[in-house]
Amino acid sequence: MDLAKFRDTEYVKNLIDKLYAVYPGGKINVMEVCGTHTMAIGSYGLRSLVPEGLRLLSGPGCPVCVTPNSIINAAVELALIPDIVVTTFGDMMRVPGSEKTLEVCKAEGADVRVLYSPLDMIEMAESQLNKNFVFISVGFETTTPGIALTVLEAKRRNLKNVSFICSNRLVIPALRILSEAEDINIDGFLCPGHVSVIIGYGAYEEISERYKIPCVVAGFEPVDILMAVYEIVRQIANNESRVVNSYGRVVTREGNIEAQRVIEKVFVPADAEWRGIGVIPMSGLELREEFSEYDALKKFKIELRDAPDPPGCRCGDVLKGVLLPPECPLFGKKCKPESPVGPCMVSSEGSCAAYYKYGGAE
Amino acid sequence: MKTDRILVTHGGGGALTRELIEETIAPIFNSELLNKFEDSSLIPATDRLVMTTDSHVVKPLFFPGGDIGRLSISGTVNDIATSGARPLAISVGLIIEEGFSLEDLKIILKSMKDTADEAEVHIITGDTKVVERGKADGIYINTSAVGLLPEDIHLRPANIEPGDAVLITGPIGNHEAAIIAARNELLPDVKISSDCAPLGGLIKKLIDEVPEVKCARDPTRGGVAATLIEIIESSGFGVELDEKEIPVDDDVKSLCDILGMDPLLMANEGKMLIFVPEDRSNRALEVMRKDKYGKNSRKIGFVTDNKKRLVLRTIYGAKRIITMPMGSQLPRIC
Repeated sequence: MDLAKFRDTEYVKNLIDKLYAVYPGGKINVMEVCGTHTMAIGSYGLRSLVPEGLRLLSGPGCPVCVTPNSIINAAVELALIPDIVVTTFGDMMRVPGSEKTLEVCKAEGADVRVLYSPLDMIEMAESQLNKNFVFISVGFETTTPGIALTVLEAKRRNLKNVSFICSNRLVIPALRILSEAEDINIDGFLCPGHVSVIIGYGAYEEISERYKIPCVVAGFEPVDILMAVYEIVRQIANNESRVVNSYGRVVTREGNIEAQRVIEKVFVPADAEWRGIGVIPMSGLELREEFSEYDALKKFKIELRDAPDPPGCRCGDVLKGVLLPPECPLFGKKCKPESPVGPCMVSSEGSCAAYYKYGGAE
Repeated sequence: MKTDRILVTHGGGGALTRELIEETIAPIFNSELLNKFEDSSLIPATDRLVMTTDSHVVKPLFFPGGDIGRLSISGTVNDIATSGARPLAISVGLIIEEGFSLEDLKIILKSMKDTADEAEVHIITGDTKVVERGKADGIYINTSAVGLLPEDIHLRPANIEPGDAVLITGPIGNHEAAIIAARNELLPDVKISSDCAPLGGLIKKLIDEVPEVKCARDPTRGGVAATLIEIIESSGFGVELDEKEIPVDDDVKSLCDILGMDPLLMANEGKMLIFVPEDRSNRALEVMRKDKYGKNSRKIGFVTDNKKRLVLRTIYGAKRIITMPMGSQLPRIC
């Protein structure tokens, strides 16, 4: 597909004009909950183009950022055990746990490997049966089917030296909590394109109906995002609250049924902790009983211990949209990409990293 | 979170590399010349001789558009060229792993010789060490070079002033993109060549025709963004870039889209950023475009008095600030 038309400057200008024309004035909070949206909004400088008063907030859409300290600490604990190979996605390497990062463990001699696909671990494990491979799994519905397939493949090959720490999260329970939150008033959700490919746009109907908040599914090009923002503002101006799919070229109402089945086959929803937000009911995924042998925490008897966020770190408030990254007292001072205090500054999709990298408007 | 160990990111050419150099290396060596953090330095007691050094650990050793041999000569002569000097002589230090193929070694040496000939520099001294299997990944190469500055020429960041034009010799990001594609089996259809090339000839022609040229810097690790930030930090001025003028090849753009990378942060090995007074910029571009490594030269921005800020005007007219990148996440791109 030719993406050029989704970046066309004339089209973008027209959309901005339409947005100004429909804007009812006052303050409107639109929240996206997807790291790729965070980055796209920052890199195209979209915040400086929209009407004053329209705040484009970044919610808990970066899977690395919402991963609690306790998971990082467990990963570090595992990495320090001889003959355990910890594998994970690249952004997890530099997230500070209570004492160290996986990157530091690696420099100290631990075997920590970055994978592009969890399935790569299966091949590694099969060729090195004398080592135990643990995948630290984070991600939303987009990533989870791949993890589920990896678990199924491990079972099919009867591999005994493979296990997982599953810190995968579900988007809809988070939207519920954000909609009910008293410290932030969200007027519209820019719904995540990739996640919606899997769960389908029908999943947001509950949110728009129950909380009267417009939900618009958006792609990741400037035209996609601005079209969705325009639709949200248009609904607010007209006192509507509906789900609209602005990413029709890949998202359907039902989503990817096959992927949903694979997730359901391997995982069961469970209460889960989100960094800074706390425990959100039924927002995480646990391995089903028949796959419990692949649960690394059980296998190596690692306990998830409550671990406070670093002192002064306001990642939780940033993830909820209560605080914009530059409003955090540590932002750009004690907390920078090269010496991050909290995860929002680490992950390439973290909202603090995006604000730091893309500096906001001049 | 500070650590007492060297991390892979310390070699990425970005903020953490800077920190290692400024907080650990420079205070111990405590040299006034070194503390200028330029790509090459004047040799004390001379006023026209400059020197530089560079180590090359790229993986894979052979990649589309070049190999570690070509890279090890061009990387070093380009650092000499950034001052405006012509390279006179170069040294070669080889660290070879036990078991390395003699055939591959010959190919690499031949490539070094060809590149040195092209750059008109003599390889005049060298050293060879062999380490046990597993202690080096094939071969590492260090090269050092000495160059001679033309009379009354010394290109450096201190020369730049608000209003100066910022030029680039061609499309950006190709070297790092080529290395990523060469390493990644997931991208079999991506055909991107490294831009790896010696640029001394281009710089010489430019200085001959436009002696007003003020500063040149090759945007290697950390890309155009990190290099410009280094320049503006030592000059005290700012730079504004115009995104629509920044040349990026379509294949590099696609790769960046897939992997979520930014061409402005990606390493180049055959590009030069040039600062020149605005009224000489068209003439400079004419000269640069006549060189085979400068055919697609473009003006991409200008120097501002906005203190030490690198600002990008996006294709939609929005402006955003670019801060010092972390550096490449990929070890061993050069």
